[in-house]
Amino acid sequence: MADLRTNFAGIKSPNPFWLASAPPTDKAYNVIRAFQAGWGGVVWKTLGEDPPVVNVTSRYGAWHDGNRRVMGFNNIELITDRPLAINLREIKEVKRDWPDRALVVSLMVPCSEDSWKNILPLVEETGADGIELNFGCPHGMSERGMGAAVGQVPEYVEMVTRWCKQYTRMPVIVKLTPNISNILGPARAAKAGGADAVSLINTINSIMSVNLDKMAPEPVVDGKGTHGGYCGPAVKPIALNMVAEIARTLDTRGMPISGIGGITTWRDAAEFMALGSGSVQVCTAAMVYGFKIVEDMIDGLSNWMDSQGYATLDDFVGKAVPNVTDWQYLNINHDLKARINQDLCISCGRCHIVCEDTSHQAITKEKDGKRYFDVVDADCVGCNLCMIACPVPECITMEAVDTDRPYANWTTHPNNPMAKVAAE
Amino acid sequence: MKDLVDITAGRLSPGVLAENFGDAHPPLTPAQALVEADRCLFCYDAPCITACPTGIDIPSFIRKIGTGNLKGSATDILSANIMGGMCARVCPTEILCEQACVRNTYEDKAVQIGALQRRATDWLFDQGVQIFTRAPLTGKRVAVVGGGPAGLSAAHKLATLGHDVTVYEGRAKLGGLNEYGIAAYKTPHDFAQQEIDYILAIGGITVVTDWMLGRDGSLDDLAKGFDAVFLGLGLTGVNALNAPGEELPGVENAVDFIAKLRQTADLTGLPIGRRVVVIGGGNTAIDAATQAKRLGAEDVTLVYRRGVETMTATPVEQDWAQTNGVKIKHWAKPVKVEAVNGAASGITFEYTTLKGGAVTGTGETFTLAADQIFKAIGQTYAAPEFSGLALEKGRIQVDAERRTSLPKVWAGGDCVAGGQDLTVASVEDGKQAALSIHATLTA
Repeated sequence: MADLRTNFAGIKSPNPFWLASAPPTDKAYNVIRAFQAGWGGVVWKTLGEDPPVVNVTSRYGAWHDGNRRVMGFNNIELITDRPLAINLREIKEVKRDWPDRALVVSLMVPCSEDSWKNILPLVEETGADGIELNFGCPHGMSERGMGAAVGQVPEYVEMVTRWCKQYTRMPVIVKLTPNISNILGPARAAKAGGADAVSLINTINSIMSVNLDKMAPEPVVDGKGTHGGYCGPAVKPIALNMVAEIARTLDTRGMPISGIGGITTWRDAAEFMALGSGSVQVCTAAMVYGFKIVEDMIDGLSNWMDSQGYATLDDFVGKAVPNVTDWQYLNINHDLKARINQDLCISCGRCHIVCEDTSHQAITKEKDGKRYFDVVDADCVGCNLCMIACPVPECITMEAVDTDRPYANWTTHPNNPMAKVAAE
Repeated sequence: MKDLVDITAGRLSPGVLAENFGDAHPPLTPAQALVEADRCLFCYDAPCITACPTGIDIPSFIRKIGTGNLKGSATDILSANIMGGMCARVCPTEILCEQACVRNTYEDKAVQIGALQRRATDWLFDQGVQIFTRAPLTGKRVAVVGGGPAGLSAAHKLATLGHDVTVYEGRAKLGGLNEYGIAAYKTPHDFAQQEIDYILAIGGITVVTDWMLGRDGSLDDLAKGFDAVFLGLGLTGVNALNAPGEELPGVENAVDFIAKLRQTADLTGLPIGRRVVVIGGGNTAIDAATQAKRLGAEDVTLVYRRGVETMTATPVEQDWAQTNGVKIKHWAKPVKVEAVNGAASGITFEYTTLKGGAVTGTGETFTLAADQIFKAIGQTYAAPEFSGLALEKGRIQVDAERRTSLPKVWAGGDCVAGGQDLTVASVEDGKQAALSIHATLTA
């Protein structure tokens, strides 16, 4: 049985599965239910200064796939709408009753030194394990100069992080917004400010859908709507990339990362961890299925680790990072060809038509006058499109073919006008 | 009516027989299992769990199939029901978990829970992964009488809790009805014994076969020699037709026919009548009739004395028999077995009707030609009397923890009153009794 114990920037938890700062962690009732269900930690929903914010109705929008699974989700909720004192009291009680779980408090106050200086001792007094700076919330709060409005300006990120390190002994996690052109800017700023860790991604600016009867964005609030924070399985690829960028870049490498973004299963979590995340945070999956999903996350990750011979999380965290590289270093002489397993093929013809219409005309449609789909190796560029379009798992696979050419990349290719080594 | 009784072996070729007695419901492929798992809604306080006598956490095990955590999935199943593999094959899911599935309400089509359960448990058995360990040994010893689903379930749970168990079984092989009483095509490839091997692999279970309570030892001796006793005796008696001629050659108990078929290595050597009549309305009747047809009988008729609504065979089982060419006749009761040359040649029935709630003959009769007649009108509790062991409605009386009226003696499975006569219910009895025994022995 693999050891899932986690030590993230000095914050310990029995497993790496934390609930992200969001509606599921807004009050003691929910958090206690989460701990009872087995979650390793929570990031308490963001606290702010009194008087508390107010929220509107309605608040959430979603994109369902054909089987009504929630693939994307967005919300226009703000930070906690409960008084600060109540949250602080509950945090203290929950931490006292659940000492083995990670309890991190998310914070968002105006961008002034006094605001941060005043709230930090109050949080520290609860015995919480750490704080997470909400520099990511993309709606509402950003209009008031907080959340993403701070996270999008690296200088602010660094400044606030520095204040927090100055006024508290607690580990400081900086939560990064993806609503920025290069994630490394704020990540570097967090590091420069002395952050103990970063967490990412926060939600993405989005309009979930448009209600064509009301001619307004969903969720509709009395005839109008606004952009909200996008999350759920659909954002995972964006998050993985940003996590990888921080994990592999020389000056941000090694900073503890708490991975967030569409994590629904143990496998999703393992992917974030392989790219360097020391813990993971979940919200949408819990909001769609309830807290019980953590059982499979724990059990599944543990069974997978056993099957791979990984005894502890450290054995595989970051293991995929060395294999994330720039395009220019990919082996230009590597070649793949599609292979169609005729025993599995159901003859839908999708592989043929997508290749024929949109790619390289490398899949034929008949043989001896009968419907039959096969790959023309000479024309196949190994792009994966047919495999992706195929509805049958494992029916189309990609097979590496020997090109008799050694590793070579773009940096030395003769077609590259900026080739580092002149072509002979 | 023919003069010569026609009961012959080898009506069908070996190839056809192999096909007829192979897997009647082949397992889901991994791809099919993923698609099906995706249909589970992961309900809160899921109705399917409540409908499962062993309370398997069905949404969890299905979710784990979806995420590729097959070991976790099988663990969820087997920790609630150690015979989850057999139950995946033989449970009447249409009246249990799948009947409760909320997808029925939504789209009139339940998630195929049984088939998914088989996917996970087959995976585990194929991998040969042992997921159970024994708790530190307690030094306590428990006797289990009867190596059927109830007894083996009790034995396994007791062994995991650290007790040493001796299982006494009257037949040559363990398994009870799993080995002797279920249609061959429901559990081909010797699955019953494969499952038993897995159960025994936990260790701490000693098996004694060909040992009959009363003949080879008394309940008193067991109660003295062990810290606790579990009785999983099953139902060893068979109801009689009470019709003249039922002792004639050619008239047989359906359970004996089913057992013989299961234990026959070469089905080409197993004789079957050309025209077969089965009497009864339960799953044993269905299994006998359908297997007779699949062995090569030309005409098989199942006759039940009441209407379709009171048949204990589920509608799915009835459909299965009819799809296999079995004719089902309702509202007729046997009155006389006809004979030619001292052997059964047919059977005469009287039509029946309900009068004041009782099944009553109408006086009108008909006769079916039959070379072979199988009786499947119910099994009875037929163990010897034990002093102080209270019975209720002809079976052993137990409380909610499966304690009998005797101290140190628990019971479960078909031999106890109020049972559902299902493998899955017997497994639950054995599990609950084991937990109660454990609580008592460690108190």
